[in-house]
Amino acid sequence: MIVGERKPFEQIEEIVDSNSKILVLGCGTCVTVCLAGGQKEAEELAASLRIKCKKDNKQAEVDALTIERQCEYEFVDQVKSRLDEYEIIISLACGVGVQTITERYPSLLVMPGLNTKFMGYPLEQGVWSERCLGCGDCVLHLTRGICPVTRCAKSILNGPCGGSAEGKCELSPEIDCAWHLIHERLSNLGRLKELETIQPPKDWSSSHHGGPRTIVREDVRLDSGE
Amino acid sequence: MIVGSNLEKVINSGNFAVTGELGPPKSADIETLKHHAEEMRHYVDAYNITDNQTAIVRTSSIACGAVLVQMGLEPIIQITVRDRNRVCIQSDVLGASALGIKNVLCLSGDHQQFGNEPGAKGVYDIDSMQLIKGLKDMRDDGVFMGGEELEAPVSYYLGAVENPFADPFEYRVDRLEKKVNAGVSFIQTQCIFDLERFKKWMELVRERGLHKKVAILGGVTPIKSLGAARYMKNNVSGITIPDEVIDRIKGAEKKKEEGLKIAIETIEQLKEIEGVAGAHVMAIAWEEKVPEIVERAGLYPRPNV
Repeated sequence: MIVGERKPFEQIEEIVDSNSKILVLGCGTCVTVCLAGGQKEAEELAASLRIKCKKDNKQAEVDALTIERQCEYEFVDQVKSRLDEYEIIISLACGVGVQTITERYPSLLVMPGLNTKFMGYPLEQGVWSERCLGCGDCVLHLTRGICPVTRCAKSILNGPCGGSAEGKCELSPEIDCAWHLIHERLSNLGRLKELETIQPPKDWSSSHHGGPRTIVREDVRLDSGE
Repeated sequence: MIVGSNLEKVINSGNFAVTGELGPPKSADIETLKHHAEEMRHYVDAYNITDNQTAIVRTSSIACGAVLVQMGLEPIIQITVRDRNRVCIQSDVLGASALGIKNVLCLSGDHQQFGNEPGAKGVYDIDSMQLIKGLKDMRDDGVFMGGEELEAPVSYYLGAVENPFADPFEYRVDRLEKKVNAGVSFIQTQCIFDLERFKKWMELVRERGLHKKVAILGGVTPIKSLGAARYMKNNVSGITIPDEVIDRIKGAEKKKEEGLKIAIETIEQLKEIEGVAGAHVMAIAWEEKVPEIVERAGLYPRPNV
């Protein structure tokens, strides 16, 4: 899932600026599961903003609303008339949600209340960890399920580098060395020989380095005009 | 003979090679670097020029390398994959060659978070293995990494680093073999303080016959003070210093002399280990001691090859 983290309150205040009709818009999918931008967090943020406005003697109306997904027109369209009531919408969705609403309704002012962090999963309650960089050309079959592109700080394909010590990355003892894990896994599977192959330079054009990506699937597109 | 650099000739002659190391400054004033290079003249076969070591912005290794060439000295320019993509690296290596630089050392590089620009975007377009293979193909097959042909041949002596003290230990020799297969001619190791572990690693190297395919230069760093030893032990990525070494410095009356002695003894031991082709002396912030170390280790004068 996409993991997000709410922006610091002070920054949200700056973004809200002098607007006095404010909607905090939660998203019911990834950011709800990672406890950053669902209904509960939207209501909490709205309450905090109301208290702050009151404290500053500022007249403002702050509401909260949460929709199933901000990244699909279908769900955004359903609340269009509600959205129209506000001068500013603080979206607690990921960056995709903010942009989907902006593109659909350019007249609305939709601003981020969340920092979109990464694609990952909860290791345990309250701890999320990155697992996919979205490089567009998955190599997990080569490493039997551990991603060096994401989990190695240098995205090394022929690792580990000389900074790996006691299974940890040179960056921090909190970070596992991805190549240590890969070595261990292949060793357990009796497949260490596979690491002898020199993996060639990666074609990064399938990643963001090839520019913003679009996928077109003719087989599932709706026919128009036929 | 590949390119006929002094380093290559010394190694091929079977003499125990000695390389030194120079770190460019955080300014364009390279007088001190030139001064240290001059001090080491006749005491080392070639000089490593570090590439923004520990990710701190410094004068470029190629620029300093070109100055050494002008001084009639031989640089080994370090190239990390941290700051440059394959377009830039290949271009820089061609430029280095055009400036008369004959030795190239391939590394991953310390992560940018360690340096003075921790917010920098790390490039890591290719890794050090791919860098070796790419530069070898450029030299031997006349093709760029992308497959296009060079307009004229280019040549250099290719090296890489290996850290026998990093983990997983048993994979370190596999990785060395991979670098040999990728195309390196020489290897400089991380600083050796744990000789037992180094010897164990060399045993594994010899078991595979790798010492016959690549010249291994053991890394040696003289410890200047107890503080320096502790700093390296705790803060420098990839360096292991056993407690015995720390205790030896701690217990010594003349700490600097003890640090030099340890370095000299290390070189003497390296000379005895089958398959070690030389020593790479990294006297960080103590460059003026290199001639003394080389001389006391019985490696002076350097062979004229």
